[in-house]
Amino acid sequence: MENLSILTHLDYTLMIVAIGAALLGAVSGTLGTYAVLRRQSLLGDAISHAALPGIAIAFLLTGSKTPLILVIGAAIAGWLGTLLILSIIRLTRIKYDSALGIVLSTFFGFGLVLHTLIQRTGNANQAGLDTFLFGQAATILESDVLTIGILGGIAIVIMLVFWKELKVLVFDEGFAASLGFPIRALDILLTSLLVIAIVLGLQAVGAVLMSAMLVAPAVAARQWTNKLSVMMFLAACFGALAGVSGTIISSSASRIPTGPTIVLCATVVVGFSIAFAPNRGLLWDWFRHQRNKHNLKMTASNLLKQPQRGSE
Amino acid sequence: MQGHLDIQLIAIVTAVACALPGVFLVLRRMTLMSDAISHAILPGIVLAFFFTESLSSPLLILAAAGTGVLTVVFVELLQRTKLVKEDAAIGLTFPALFSIGVILISRFAGNVHLDMDAVLLGELAYAPLNRLNVFGYDLGPVSVYVMGTILLLNLAFILLFYKELKLATFDASLAATLGFAPTLIHYGLMTLVSVTTVGAFDAVGSILVVALIAGPPATAYLITDRLSLMLTLSAVIGSVNAVSGYWLAYLFDVSIAGAIATMTLLVFGLVFLVVPNRGLIAIARRRTRQKWEFAQTMLVIHLFNHERLPEAEAESEIAHLHEHLRWDPTFATQVVKYALNNRCVSQEETLLTLTERGRTVAQQALVQ
Repeated sequence: MENLSILTHLDYTLMIVAIGAALLGAVSGTLGTYAVLRRQSLLGDAISHAALPGIAIAFLLTGSKTPLILVIGAAIAGWLGTLLILSIIRLTRIKYDSALGIVLSTFFGFGLVLHTLIQRTGNANQAGLDTFLFGQAATILESDVLTIGILGGIAIVIMLVFWKELKVLVFDEGFAASLGFPIRALDILLTSLLVIAIVLGLQAVGAVLMSAMLVAPAVAARQWTNKLSVMMFLAACFGALAGVSGTIISSSASRIPTGPTIVLCATVVVGFSIAFAPNRGLLWDWFRHQRNKHNLKMTASNLLKQPQRGSE
Repeated sequence: MQGHLDIQLIAIVTAVACALPGVFLVLRRMTLMSDAISHAILPGIVLAFFFTESLSSPLLILAAAGTGVLTVVFVELLQRTKLVKEDAAIGLTFPALFSIGVILISRFAGNVHLDMDAVLLGELAYAPLNRLNVFGYDLGPVSVYVMGTILLLNLAFILLFYKELKLATFDASLAATLGFAPTLIHYGLMTLVSVTTVGAFDAVGSILVVALIAGPPATAYLITDRLSLMLTLSAVIGSVNAVSGYWLAYLFDVSIAGAIATMTLLVFGLVFLVVPNRGLIAIARRRTRQKWEFAQTMLVIHLFNHERLPEAEAESEIAHLHEHLRWDPTFATQVVKYALNNRCVSQEETLLTLTERGRTVAQQALVQ
């Protein structure tokens, strides 16, 4: 009986949502790897919040709620926000964190202003703010899965084409510059790829939680390996895993929103990785510590014994 | 009219209360901690709301502030494992706590009347409706008293520990050596930020709190190098943003909190553009001036090198200067004009000769 109820839950709609969430997790896990390694984990948070005015302006200009148009608006605003962050850091002594905070909150505030403006015009066709903030994974359709697949695929292909350039940019920016790589152009390329991943995820998990989708899988993957390619592959797997398990858990009980559940699943993966990953993990570290203590004790006692033997 | 005044008063008190600790966050590169705290207090608010059923009860503020401090502790613990960098630690902690909050709300939404929008976006327009009544006398909106208390708390902390805060901010290791306990200062500051964030979310919501905390201090940071002046300026800029934002919202009938954030961006942009020395315009002007100065120096050195030598006449022919110095012909004429204006060279028909001043400039440049 129990099995049967789970089977009926795994219906077509759920499958579509799960596939969408898995694809999304894989794409954001892959591209989030760069953000985490460059210590720009919170850039995703900024981009996703900065996207709101773009959505509102796209809606005000076209009057349509077609996902593609709103996504383009979101992408442009998120991209402009990131450029603003980069130029504030370059031209003033204001640091990364403050620049990020200002752009994130004020872009969002401007979006809120536009949103209330739309509401006031009484347009019944308005875009819901709750959806923007928390996403509505349950409304993922076949066409959305296709969009996520195609755009995410394009982003990953571009990333693979520039693999070597991006790799050297991430690990040694100064070296990349000395080799004559166009650092700023590569920086903007990488940011643009992140923007794509983020606006794809806005519908499913929303702005507030999108940053976790970029950060968590990559942080978890980092614990298991020191190789970029392996880390990226693992991050994609972890992201997909979080997407699928979050979807299934949230559908198995009533009134558990999908987006937050996916984020919590990703957090559990991170916790597990930090605790149990070989070499780096906390448990491993504890064992190594104990063994070292033991070895040191043995060595010390051996050293103490030696002079006694000499005096005999 | 009373409504106008009340809302602006709440907005100003909130803005100043946020800007003061914000100065230290901006200087200590921890602005994003306020973003994390403002999101992560959600589960604290929800749990406290289950018990108190009111959004402005002191218990709720305490519970939420406790969650805020807990967030800071989580982030530090994660960092201390050395497995996760600071930014990633923040990026992991607050979405997880926030998710718990959202799940709690939607699980028990039937039992409580907690409006998600009110928590996240705030609504300043409703803030004056909740009034403090003592023995039947209307003493004004409750928010003014709540935020006013928080403002005084922040002010007292900063005034009392000004020297310690200053040292811990600019030289943490020296502060530690002198026994000023930077960790204690750090947690004190974080507690204040938590309390302030919780107090402010009622008015402006959790996302826009960051605009109030980071915006005015960053704007002031563009203007001044003095900590005391930066604190004062931040308070002033925060108030200006609050009042102008309110009237912008009133004019267009839009969200007040959103309008204040928009004004924060505009004021920041304006200062960024026009501030002397560090502004965009100042930077652009300095670069242009340096370009011409450099070209003029090149010109006088060129003339100086060939002065009183047989080839001097050929080398100082205006029409051929661009060949000698490998300049674009139009650029060369402009440089000559610039140097003539500065009286570094003088023109005799088609030939350039150095003036006394030009000779000194060339000699100085060569000595350097």
